[in-house]
Amino acid sequence: MSDATSSGPMLAADGTPLKTSLARSLRMRKLRALMLIAPLLLFVLITFIAPILQMLLRSVENQIVSDTLPETVVALEQWDATTGDIPGEFAFEAIYLDLAIAVEQKLHTRLGSRLNYEETGMASLFRKSGRRIGRFDTDVYTDQFTDLNAAWEDPETWYEIFGDERNVAELPLVGRSWQRWAALFEAEGETVGKRDLEDFLFAALHYETRQDRYITSENPLLLQAMRAQSETPFETSRLIPQFEDADEDWLDHAVWQTIKTYSPRYTSGYFLNAIDMEKSPEGAVAKPENLQIYIKLFWRTLFMSLVITGSCILLGYPVAWILANLPSRSANLLLILVLLPFWTSLLVRTSAWKVMLQDQGVINNVLVWIGLVAENDRLALINNQTGTIIAMTHILLPFMILPLYSVMKTISPSYLRAAKSLGATNWTAFWRVYFPQSVPGIGAGSILVFILAIGYYITPEIVGGTSGIFISNRIAYHISSSLNWGLAAALGAILLVLVLGLYWCYDKIVGIDNVKLGG
Amino acid sequence: MKKTALLATSAIVVASMATAGGHMASEMTLVSWGGAYQKSQDRAYAQPYAEMNDGFSYNWDESSAEAVAKLRAMNEAGNITWDLVDVVAADAIRLCDEGLAMEIDADEMLAAAPDGTSASDDFGDLLVSDCFIPQIVYSTTFGYRTDLVGDTAPSDICAVFDLEAYPGKRSLEKRPINNMEWALLCDGVAKKDVYDVLETEEGQDQALAKLDTIKDSVVWWSAGADTPQLLADGEVVMGSTYNGRLFSAIEEQSQPIGMLWDAQVFDLDGWIIPAGLPEDRLARALDFAKFATDTQRLADQAKYISYGPARASSAPLVGDHADLGIAMAPHMPTDPNNAKNTFLYNYEFWADYRDDIDAKFQAWLAQ
Repeated sequence: MSDATSSGPMLAADGTPLKTSLARSLRMRKLRALMLIAPLLLFVLITFIAPILQMLLRSVENQIVSDTLPETVVALEQWDATTGDIPGEFAFEAIYLDLAIAVEQKLHTRLGSRLNYEETGMASLFRKSGRRIGRFDTDVYTDQFTDLNAAWEDPETWYEIFGDERNVAELPLVGRSWQRWAALFEAEGETVGKRDLEDFLFAALHYETRQDRYITSENPLLLQAMRAQSETPFETSRLIPQFEDADEDWLDHAVWQTIKTYSPRYTSGYFLNAIDMEKSPEGAVAKPENLQIYIKLFWRTLFMSLVITGSCILLGYPVAWILANLPSRSANLLLILVLLPFWTSLLVRTSAWKVMLQDQGVINNVLVWIGLVAENDRLALINNQTGTIIAMTHILLPFMILPLYSVMKTISPSYLRAAKSLGATNWTAFWRVYFPQSVPGIGAGSILVFILAIGYYITPEIVGGTSGIFISNRIAYHISSSLNWGLAAALGAILLVLVLGLYWCYDKIVGIDNVKLGG
Repeated sequence: MKKTALLATSAIVVASMATAGGHMASEMTLVSWGGAYQKSQDRAYAQPYAEMNDGFSYNWDESSAEAVAKLRAMNEAGNITWDLVDVVAADAIRLCDEGLAMEIDADEMLAAAPDGTSASDDFGDLLVSDCFIPQIVYSTTFGYRTDLVGDTAPSDICAVFDLEAYPGKRSLEKRPINNMEWALLCDGVAKKDVYDVLETEEGQDQALAKLDTIKDSVVWWSAGADTPQLLADGEVVMGSTYNGRLFSAIEEQSQPIGMLWDAQVFDLDGWIIPAGLPEDRLARALDFAKFATDTQRLADQAKYISYGPARASSAPLVGDHADLGIAMAPHMPTDPNNAKNTFLYNYEFWADYRDDIDAKFQAWLAQ
């Protein structure tokens, strides 16, 4: 026993092993620390992380097709798109039922806009067909069923038959159509018996009962309908000519191809679009040359942000050095000048650059006046990359100067003096002693400037013309004008990954410990 | 936004007490474009309406440029804070397609003309979408610097593409709409065939090739105020913009600018009511819209801005500018002298082809 005690774990005063006791108290401390940051953490999670995740999700979401056209999606599974023929009557029957319900829900035009991003003409195809679909002559089915048995006219009959899931399982097309239709006005608080049954429901009933087959249901109405049709087939209403009449695009292979390609609930289509590719039956292929733009813009955005960061370093470093080495009174005055732009609206600053840089602007006028530039050969300083680089360098300069300044402030001047007293030239003393100590400031400033630059869009929009715009201008366009939020989200996600990737590279090469915002 | 919602809810309570039986919200948020245009709406409709209705107040939100995206966001969040939104017809069609705007029964919800003509006949073809209440006809057209174009002022749209006769820069809108039509027109395509040609790949390439001939001399604008400013600064010799902007540069600021009305493109601007408004706010929005788009009110608006009223019955009532005192009729895009050669924005075509041609156009721009 005494052996066991001496070699056993060391015990705390209350008899628990010291290790456990220590771990517990550490855990308590961590928990308390966590509780202190909990409000901020929650705030960041709710207002920052969650919206970003939700946005990223939009770039792959595609439920609208299978939610609006569920029967069509199922029907098209049997269709081989590669044959080059449009699908047969069965697909038109499915899309007729889907569209009839979508029109009631006013969702068909929304689907049309969604698919129009992929195939031009889909928007008006769905809009036009939506107007026509109520006038299709499918009332022949309504008449024939009600002639056969007047009970079909009564919504209660339908409620009885298709309220029963077993019947829905056996006659899914009509069962599901009726359920979706009934759900529509149940949502509005109406009772089932109130609304007249619509023609498309009878069409669906016909599609399911036209073949005499064995069903377990013993419902006399269903059995009667099937028997009657096997004896004398009903007069039918062919849908293909009616769809063609509504819009001849329905006979276009590309329309059906697009619906089939975009029927899965999640799609890589937006991401492919964002890198100038598109989906085709043969998989992802590059878009035609004259439609490629995004890769070019991504590279341009990265390249120009790097140039802007570089020019900020070049301009900011000497300013920060002067600020750090002046007596504090004059340094403070200078610092206010650096901060001044922060108190002016971004738009005002950018517009001021317009006045400065344009052809008849201040800079060109002065250059012409002193004779450096010929009157008819004025410099193109705006509406191109030069304009964007100049204006953005100016706007982002404080973000470089401030971290540099706060780092340089902490570098003791005695190091430089020591270097010089040991025989170093001014340049060597600066390059070997001072500069390495200021690198953390450059790092912090560069990250700030670069990341801010990569997401700018107002300034490039105003002074960038066509060659000076960034990828963010296209993102803004898709958010506010084309409403293609999926593509905007995909572009945004790629941009986010690019920035994180660069950050990782930076960490590997320079080391993130080497970044200081001050002290 | 929150404040507006809060005000609106408290206003509902007040309204239900004040207007017994009316059940109309006593406060509403109108969305428009800001600037001279919004001011014309304020003076022509909103102020008179507020005077007629005791206890009614309204505020403006200058968000029409982002209305489509914002309405979608509001709809997804389930909190619609706008009651009546001023948008161009193309946006109205988009909002209607997306189910974000309410469908309007013109004859039921809008006022008939004084002579009894029904609203749908009075507006006629301008009811381009089921959700759209037309208000004004404006046009996108060219202005030129009278002192920079030499002896012969341009009178033909193709002057824009003629760098020899009219050297210097031009400003064009940074989107394909209108530019593609003008390019084809000046490349020998007959006016009636323009959209048939533009439907095809070759036609689109043809239009871009024509634009390519002046690409280096173009300043691209994205805000309507850009062109008047560029003209005033002498940065461009000619440029496209909305006719009302040019009117105020010429008549109000006395700039040396002339109007080139040839091949102007008519477009429409009007109201939509967001889908899913609560009953009392909807009642107010409908009441306001009915008042604001009646014959007299639309004619009144032309006192403040040179946009044509959308009702046929308003045209004879157009008078003088309220502040400048000049006759407004000759400045209307619809005036027979100005409308010798016009286009009407082809909504159906652009609703389909906008995404595709815009992608092509932007790729061409970025080259």
